[in-house]
Amino acid sequence: MNFEFTEEQKMIRQAAKDFAERELLPDVIERDTRSEFPAEHIKKLSELGFLGMMTDLKYDGGGMDTISYVLAMEEISKIDSSVSVVMSVCNSLVNWGIEKFGSEKQKEKYLRPLASGQKIGAFLLSEPEAGSDATKQRTIAEDKGDHYLVNGTKNFITNANCASTYIVIAQTDPEKGHKGINALLIEKDAPGITLGPHDDKMGMRSSDTHSVMFTDVKIPKENRIGEDGFGFKFAMQTLDGGRIGIAAQANGIAAGAFERALNYSQERKAFGTEIGNHQAIAFKLADMAVKIENARNMCLKAAWLKDQNKPFGYQSAMAKLYCADIAMEVTTEAVQIFGGYGYMKEYHVERLMREAKLTQIYEGTSEIQKIVISRSLMK
Amino acid sequence: MKILICISDVPDTTTKIKFTNDNKELDQTEIQWIINPWDELALTRAIELKESLGEKIESITVINVGPAGSEPTIRKALAMGADNAIRVDADPKESYFVAYQLAEAIKSRDFDIILAGLDSADYNGASVGGMMAELLDMPSVSAISALNIENGKVFINREIEGGTQKLEAQTPFVAIVQKGIAIEPKIPAMRGIMMARTKPLEVVAPANADCLTENIVYELPQPKGACRKFTEENVNELVDVLHKEAKLI
Ligand SMILES: Cc1cc2nc3c(=O)[nH]c(=O)nc-3n(C[C@H](O)[C@H](O)[C@H](O)COP(=O)(O)OP(=O)(O)OC[C@H]3O[C@@H](n4cnc5c(N)ncnc54)[C@H](O)[C@@H]3O)c2cc1C
Repeated sequence: MNFEFTEEQKMIRQAAKDFAERELLPDVIERDTRSEFPAEHIKKLSELGFLGMMTDLKYDGGGMDTISYVLAMEEISKIDSSVSVVMSVCNSLVNWGIEKFGSEKQKEKYLRPLASGQKIGAFLLSEPEAGSDATKQRTIAEDKGDHYLVNGTKNFITNANCASTYIVIAQTDPEKGHKGINALLIEKDAPGITLGPHDDKMGMRSSDTHSVMFTDVKIPKENRIGEDGFGFKFAMQTLDGGRIGIAAQANGIAAGAFERALNYSQERKAFGTEIGNHQAIAFKLADMAVKIENARNMCLKAAWLKDQNKPFGYQSAMAKLYCADIAMEVTTEAVQIFGGYGYMKEYHVERLMREAKLTQIYEGTSEIQKIVISRSLMK
Repeated sequence: MKILICISDVPDTTTKIKFTNDNKELDQTEIQWIINPWDELALTRAIELKESLGEKIESITVINVGPAGSEPTIRKALAMGADNAIRVDADPKESYFVAYQLAEAIKSRDFDIILAGLDSADYNGASVGGMMAELLDMPSVSAISALNIENGKVFINREIEGGTQKLEAQTPFVAIVQKGIAIEPKIPAMRGIMMARTKPLEVVAPANADCLTENIVYELPQPKGACRKFTEENVNELVDVLHKEAKLI
């Protein structure tokens, strides 16, 4: 067993840290307040190759492993999860899904511009009436012989507006239940697609979230990923990997809040000494450090399993569940350590706490992770 | 045009410096090594020139005098965009020794512009660039804050007291650079990081050279004392402290 990162992994972590501190930190609070999408920041991020870092070099990706991706996600999320969520959707849902299950033609046409960062992708599974229970798809992809006709509404879609390439999950044969679901590659500017207004959110406010409506959208059959009826399996397998990214995001949020709280407790004085010298605060910091260490190890193990081509769904669900809960606990304590200042936007920790909450909800709520984990246990 | 950048491997500028062996040696245990900041900016400028001038910049090479342990730093330079690297396999003991090793390794090769940082963030010797130029019998220009190439001609800015001097330089020459040469160090792209290992890194044996200086002992600055407060009533005490303890008046 080896806990040492490779030279490349360390370099990637440093590059992500430098990028986050230099490019994201200066206006992160303002963007969050105004719900402003970080278009310029994402452009620079994509030029550096962060959006396609895990895709094979032969498709113009970065050719990196999941561990590198986890390290980069954590560094970016320490500062701005509205940006890291774009990275996460592109890398682990859209690009990975096409690379793993797409045809060679689909990879040439769709994966290459995504992996090189020229285009952004979005993953459209959730619906107003189908969130946790993703089998209840109401979006229909009707089989019309040589094409599908897509009608329906998707909800809470990250990157909905900035993306050019959508992967849409839709029901083709309702009688077959989840075995009648397909995954389709759809270009955002296809006729019949409209977007709802930008969702006004609690956290990750500058990420680009909308509902997406499909009205008689005609999609050639060659845009289906995998065999007829493979869509649900596709979504579930892709989300297994996505959860590693969200676990890493949660760890970044926790670590970002922890680092700030640690510094603050060595500066702020109360009752004649730095607050870190009061055992109540010192012990909080110790507890936070232990939790973060645990969470990181869990996330890295899931990433390592994926890199070794071993089954990782059980560990990625565990990591997502645990890291998200830890992010919530650690950020809440960080606000506490900052006292009244923690409640003020200027000190970042309140924003990190708002961001942490989302990691318990998307890509499968904490409750859904427990279903996945317990089902694996009793298999 | 062929560009060479001399890079040294220095402790991260936020490192807490500690010494061992009766304060004769640097304690390297917890140090994270980085490219010396001026050298990193020099490399960034070279890459910017290559990006804007294309094939007119034939190659960007980096050279380092250091043990095998400095290779991660060299590979960072390759990841940023250098085409190849040379490592002179020797412990960079002191300025003259390093300048000599650099000159010996460079002598047999052909470069038009050799960039070196004004000083290194560890020892602040500010002497390697100038000494190396002398050993190479090449002209050098110091304190350069801008470097441009137009129609094959090299134009540079130097910071001088109260202003900026603009010069045209004949190649080959040694450019000793400082603040301003590039705005911010380039962040390596993901593909660059993955390709770094595939780029040539030539290791050359050191030449025989003497050290002209020897390190005797390091001294850390005294830790800052606690803040002391004097009120109007004890002004005399303040004067006393400033005179006898602080020796300021
Ligand atoms: C900001 C944001 C961005 C998002 N981005 C995307 C995206 O890009 N693409 C996409 O497809 N989706 C996205 N989502 C949707 C997200 O994945 C869903 O919100 C999530 O899966 C939960 O679904 P729901 O909101 O319908 O909640 P529901 O499924 O209605 O759940 C409500 C509550 O019931 C619990 N619950 C449900 N079923 C069970 C059960 N069987 N046992 C125990 N408890 C249960 C849930 O855990 C939850 O606490 C995003 C959501 C948000 C908020």
